[in-house]
Amino acid sequence: MSGMIGFFRRLGMLVRRGRFRSELEEEMAFHRAEAEKELIAEGMTPKAARIAARRQFGNPLRLKESSSEVIGFRFEAILQDLRFALRQLRKSPGFAATAALVLALGIGASVAIFGFVDAALIKPLPYSDPTRLVGVYEYTPVCPQCNLSYEDYLDWKKQNHVFQSLEAWGMNGYLLPTPAGAEPVPGVRVSDGFFRTLGVTPLLGRDFYAGESSPGAPRTVLLSYATWQQRFGGQPNVVGQSVTLSSLPYTIIGVLPREFHFAPRGRAEFWTTLHDPNGCEKKRGCHNLFGVARLKDGVSVATALAAAKAIAQQLELQYPDSNRGQGASVLPLSEAIVGNIRPILQVLLGGATLLLLIACVNVSSLVLVRAENRKREIALRSALGASRPRLMGQFATEGVVLVAAGTAIGLVAAATGMQALTHLLSKAALESMPYLQGLKLNLHCIAFAGILALLAAILFSIAPILRLPLTALGEGMAEGGRGSAGRTWRNLGANLVIAELATAVVLLASAGLLAKSFYRLLHVDVNFNPDHLAMVTVEAPDETYGKPALSLSLDREVVARLSQLPGVVSVGLSTDPPLTCNCDTTWFRVLGKPWNGEHYDAPQRDVTPGYFKTLQAGLVRGRSYTETDDLAKPPYVMINQTLARQFFRGEDPIGRKIGDLSLSPESLRQIVGVVDDIREGALDSDIRPAIYYPMYQGPDDGFTVVVRTAQAPESILPALTAAIHQIDRGIGTSNETTMAAQVDSSPTAAIHRSAAYLVGGFAVLALLLGVVGLYGVIAYSVSQRTREIGVRMALGAQRGSVYGLILREAGWLTGIGIALGLVCSLGAATLMRKLLFGTAAWDVGTLAGVAGVLAVAAMLASFIPARRAAGVDPAEALRAE
Amino acid sequence: MAKKNDLLPGTLDMLILKTLNRAPLHGYGIALSIKRLSEDVLTVEEGSLYPALQRLLVQGWVKAEWKQTETNRRARYYTLTALGRKQLGLELTEFERMITAIGRVLQDA
Repeated sequence: MSGMIGFFRRLGMLVRRGRFRSELEEEMAFHRAEAEKELIAEGMTPKAARIAARRQFGNPLRLKESSSEVIGFRFEAILQDLRFALRQLRKSPGFAATAALVLALGIGASVAIFGFVDAALIKPLPYSDPTRLVGVYEYTPVCPQCNLSYEDYLDWKKQNHVFQSLEAWGMNGYLLPTPAGAEPVPGVRVSDGFFRTLGVTPLLGRDFYAGESSPGAPRTVLLSYATWQQRFGGQPNVVGQSVTLSSLPYTIIGVLPREFHFAPRGRAEFWTTLHDPNGCEKKRGCHNLFGVARLKDGVSVATALAAAKAIAQQLELQYPDSNRGQGASVLPLSEAIVGNIRPILQVLLGGATLLLLIACVNVSSLVLVRAENRKREIALRSALGASRPRLMGQFATEGVVLVAAGTAIGLVAAATGMQALTHLLSKAALESMPYLQGLKLNLHCIAFAGILALLAAILFSIAPILRLPLTALGEGMAEGGRGSAGRTWRNLGANLVIAELATAVVLLASAGLLAKSFYRLLHVDVNFNPDHLAMVTVEAPDETYGKPALSLSLDREVVARLSQLPGVVSVGLSTDPPLTCNCDTTWFRVLGKPWNGEHYDAPQRDVTPGYFKTLQAGLVRGRSYTETDDLAKPPYVMINQTLARQFFRGEDPIGRKIGDLSLSPESLRQIVGVVDDIREGALDSDIRPAIYYPMYQGPDDGFTVVVRTAQAPESILPALTAAIHQIDRGIGTSNETTMAAQVDSSPTAAIHRSAAYLVGGFAVLALLLGVVGLYGVIAYSVSQRTREIGVRMALGAQRGSVYGLILREAGWLTGIGIALGLVCSLGAATLMRKLLFGTAAWDVGTLAGVAGVLAVAAMLASFIPARRAAGVDPAEALRAE
Repeated sequence: MAKKNDLLPGTLDMLILKTLNRAPLHGYGIALSIKRLSEDVLTVEEGSLYPALQRLLVQGWVKAEWKQTETNRRARYYTLTALGRKQLGLELTEFERMITAIGRVLQDA
């Protein structure tokens, strides 16, 4: 009750603040006058009485202050502090701008990277209860997360007791008729419970019903949201319409929600059911599906893995021909989806944190130097009646204002940075990471920035308060009081600068190692000539070209037509171009070699006679395919050098035969040639044994055309597509690109590039901040030691020895910083070894280079203050203090 | 300057209220009255007096008005309100209790 009254009374006084002040003033004047009168009455002279009365009355400012506090609100004091802080900062714009910008840099970098971390690692997948979802795979030592075979999937589904549901999905592509000709579009075939397992309900229409996956059911399709918007104009009546996919009619039954994405098949437009098992799915030994399951309540991933392994073991016994050596792998779906970019995000977040750390140390130094220089001002203020809490409040307010400005600028920088970073990623890389699409500054980021700001504000408020000369007012006022405090600051500042330099070394070394890795990656031996190669993927409709004879004539026609284009040097076809993946493998066995049931697994490609010539891949032994190696000849095969080395050590493989695991007579093929180790997989994956079949002995109606050009390969791409469409407008073409562009935009290159660029950027900023910090400490030290230097010079010290004095100080700091940093770098590099390629964590060249760069930069930075020190005029320096 | 006797903490409000209970007074008058009545033992520092008066005003225990003094100067006179009188009663009871308690402890010791 009385609290309420008090509040309203205060409110009333707030309105009549001016009157309150003048009344208090008058009241105090009256008091002093009365006291004076009494003193005179006691026999004092009027002058002495006035002084005594004043002294007795005490500090009128402080009195007014505390009276105001009684009647005032807390926020008034804060507002006053705020005004004061702004005025102070305005008075030293250089300090304010530097501190705010440095802070903005640190906060901006951290928040931008956090945005990615949030999107990829923290924000859950857009499924219900995503932590209960797992990816289910078969396992072999060469392929730890391998496709499931359809029949194995059915057995796993039936026999397991750990999954609420287990569903399968497989990549698929469709030819979609469009006005511009057939367009290959990516799709996914799923078992009917797929979306129920994920917990995703269509935005429009319905989900697949149980049993819709069986061969007899009508063909139905779900659209992705983007497809609905872009191809069907976002019309709600799309449900029930029919769409032709690869010449078959499908009924559209629904549209998936906008936020739905499935990273393993990022760009999928059409979702159909498994429906008819395709050729591969009829064989237990053929693996083309992936499993997704929801764990039963209370079942852990480890339990599920054990159960899946037990089933796999049983299937090994039951079907030794197809299943020997096939284990199981179960891992959280989030791990399967974002596991590959976790290391880089962790490294980037680490880098950004270090940068923020340097920025904070830098700003702390600035704030401390400033507090140091304001000692006398603070002493004066307390003498004039500022209370200790009030002074602390003022420093805290200044800190908060700085941090607020820094954070605001930092958030803008982060928003821009996030945009820029997503642009840095290639389209292909972004499609494989759909969770990064539409990434922007969200509430999580702002909250994160808030936490950083809070920590920084606490740091920058506490730092100067700890150094406030509040206890000994007189000392602060006295002239001589500066020396000792200056020395304390020098020690503290020196420690801070060592921390800064060490952090800069860590970032520089990391950046150096990542850059070297990226360079090594781009210059890894691919064993063919990747320049001047244009590529286009061709998919012809099976209905027209499915028969072997028709496929063969298509293959020959494509080669013939494209070879005639101007600027084309040679043309080759392959089922998979190089540098994509070690996928599309086959199991093989060598005739006449002991075999213990191992699953020898090798990427297998069908190639035309001109393929190796086009790639300019070297022939190691034997011969390459010729135009006449067709169905009339006995089945031939070419192998790569790694296969030859592993299976024919010291023997001539030419003329030997390889076949399938049971060495069935129809599978046996005679080796005619050994080709160099063309890198089939990603740049950073190992070269594996590879097998090349002659395409003319087993024609395909889907393949990639590789063309060697005389001119820039980009320029020929439209002509390639046009020439193929001249054969038949119903043939789909996609992925028109060059080998260089494909390498450049591959996820491997993207990951290494962004790691190298970003950490490099952080490192440059860190170097800058570290060196500026060193300059600040040395310059401050010189300004504090002017008198000492003057004395030295007066006593005969040479300019050279003054240089030495200052440079030695800087050299010590730099040396300790570098040494400390190098030790930490080894730790940091070990932590990020997953991102290193062909580069050791202790790469001496990089570490020495980093130490050298930092040493030179540090010496340059300390040279300026050293010169100033050497230029000191002894007479002037001695007179000054 | 000699160190003055400090007031017991928390007693300043009560002393002011008690003083005003006798007659309305201005700030200087209150300080003087307390000093005289305590025979110079208690000195109210101006630095505490005026903030305390503001506090009492805000609480509504006293009210203030400007009047002429006997010497014809304008001064701010503080008067005890009904609420203030009640508060004085409360504080006196509490003070008595404390003093009695302290007294007992000292006696026993």
